[in-house]
Amino acid sequence: MLAAGVDRDIRRHGAETFPHECCGALIGDSASGRVAAAIALPNTTEEGPRRRFLVRPSDYRFAEQRASELGGELLGFYHSHPDHPAQPSQFDLDHAWPTFAYVIVSVMSGAAEAMTVWYLEDDRSTFEEGRLDVDENSDSHAAAAVHG
Amino acid sequence: MSTKILIPTPLRPYTDKQDAVEADGATVGEVLANLTTRHAGLKGHLYNEQGRLRSFVNVYINDEDIRYLQKEQTPVKAGDTLSIIPSVAGGAPVVEKGYDPISSELPSLTNDEVKRYSRHLIMPEVGVDGQRKLKAAKVLCIGAGGLGSPVALYLAAAGVGTLGIVDFDVVDFSNLHRQILHGTTDVGRSKLASAKDKLTAINPEVKIVLHEVALSSQNALTLFAPYDVIVDGTDNFPTRYLVNDACVLLGKPNAYGSIFRFEGQASVFATKDGPCYRCLYPEPPPPGLVPSCAEGGVLGVLPGMVGMIQATEAIKLILGVGEPLIGRFLIYDALRMRFRELKLRKDPDCPVCGTHPTVTTLIDYEQFCGIHPAAPEPTPVADNATEITAVELKRRLDRGDNLKIVDVREPNEYQINRIEGSVLIPLGDVPKRYNELDPQDEIVVQCKVGGRSAKAADFLRSVGFKNVLNLKGGILDWIDKVDPTQPKY
Repeated sequence: MLAAGVDRDIRRHGAETFPHECCGALIGDSASGRVAAAIALPNTTEEGPRRRFLVRPSDYRFAEQRASELGGELLGFYHSHPDHPAQPSQFDLDHAWPTFAYVIVSVMSGAAEAMTVWYLEDDRSTFEEGRLDVDENSDSHAAAAVHG
Repeated sequence: MSTKILIPTPLRPYTDKQDAVEADGATVGEVLANLTTRHAGLKGHLYNEQGRLRSFVNVYINDEDIRYLQKEQTPVKAGDTLSIIPSVAGGAPVVEKGYDPISSELPSLTNDEVKRYSRHLIMPEVGVDGQRKLKAAKVLCIGAGGLGSPVALYLAAAGVGTLGIVDFDVVDFSNLHRQILHGTTDVGRSKLASAKDKLTAINPEVKIVLHEVALSSQNALTLFAPYDVIVDGTDNFPTRYLVNDACVLLGKPNAYGSIFRFEGQASVFATKDGPCYRCLYPEPPPPGLVPSCAEGGVLGVLPGMVGMIQATEAIKLILGVGEPLIGRFLIYDALRMRFRELKLRKDPDCPVCGTHPTVTTLIDYEQFCGIHPAAPEPTPVADNATEITAVELKRRLDRGDNLKIVDVREPNEYQINRIEGSVLIPLGDVPKRYNELDPQDEIVVQCKVGGRSAKAADFLRSVGFKNVLNLKGGILDWIDKVDPTQPKY
């Protein structure tokens, strides 16, 4: 479950950085799985931001610190796939961490389209797709978990 | 000695939800080994199959990355704290696809197709979805010759749904040693008719689209537009540049291959971020410098090898698997049985795929490659002074005229057929051997069809020979008009 503002922020970030990939951290409540905030992070990849993103250890630390400041937890990360479907790549799988939610937004010709969420299987063999709902009523605290 | 290790959020499920745990060890490596013994679930996420720390796993001792210390041999002192800090990385598939089919839009497989492609379906890299992608894919093969034959045969067998072929040639005996789409009984038939029979026999599920035209700047964009991947099996430079430019302009990947004698080349050009043929060769070679297969010959099995590489790349592009041959130029040497690979970079100054392209529409590729349309027929007077026909030569020889016939072909060509009484001086040897000839003699130079001998004639005249005639149409015309008992090649 994404707060409505989070959904908008991720889509806007993806459209802004197009044709490059954007990335950021997802912060929220681990019990409900509700993402309350998306923190945009710099894409520091050296392999070309059109096809890759990299969050540095220092930015990762920043994200964890920001999560505890907000009274939440780091739930995962988002990134965009410019001109590609919102399906995880082998590269995503190779670099994935367990339990994190990986939100992917497909940005086609500059416009954010499909958004999906993925979780790494414990044996690292594949991703399992989760359900991604947007909480239109941001005041609601009856949000359902994204974990499937 | 026990060391404190800070555990990042995603790994806490493996440490009973604790954000810090302790483990013993004198070095970072030992501490981590003990950590993963105690909390076994961590191992697969920290280490790869070779037992090395994964590249996106960062280990800090206090505030320093162990990569800049002594890595896993870094000693651990009392009071040190280790932190495991993720790098989070990912990205879109690097593989460039001609299209991005949405899974639900892909055609389904019939029971017969499931049987036919079962060895594909059980491979994780292909599977049912991959086979459906192949079925949805449209591949255009430029040429049904040496390269086009294996490409079309295997792509049809593999289940590429729509296979287009461009060719306007007729099957000739000299094609058969390598163009395995065509058989002896096909000689004289159109290559497309012959190709359609073979491909349908192999796989009737495939839609074969025949384009019996000469590819040109006028029709290339329209022809290419419906296809996902273009496979270049052409044998000449103007068409090669035309295919490249059309692929770049349309944003379609070009599975490129070329062959000569014992050497083959292959690459994938014109993908979105990859180089194109012009990044490698901005300008064509001068006309005549690089001989074609018809002039220089080609090992019969060579196009099989190179065509297979093109077909493999086309299938990988469609499936979106593996590492495509983008930015890499593969050179295959059949004599030494070696593959070499050159790295290619996209040239920002490339006239067609660079940042400021100057070629934005298809041009006249014959002119670009320095090949001019056939000149108007020279006047008969000039003809008589420099050329002689096969019939006239025969008449004069029969009359007893003292003509010296110089064959400027290569020795292996001379072995196949020759004009009785001719002497062999290969074109390349003429400059150092012309003094074997008498400048006062009347000399007739001759090759296969008249091109090389025209050069030899020009050379001989330039060094003072007064009476040099070029045999029009070469030995082929001689055999057609005078001596049909000899074989042609």
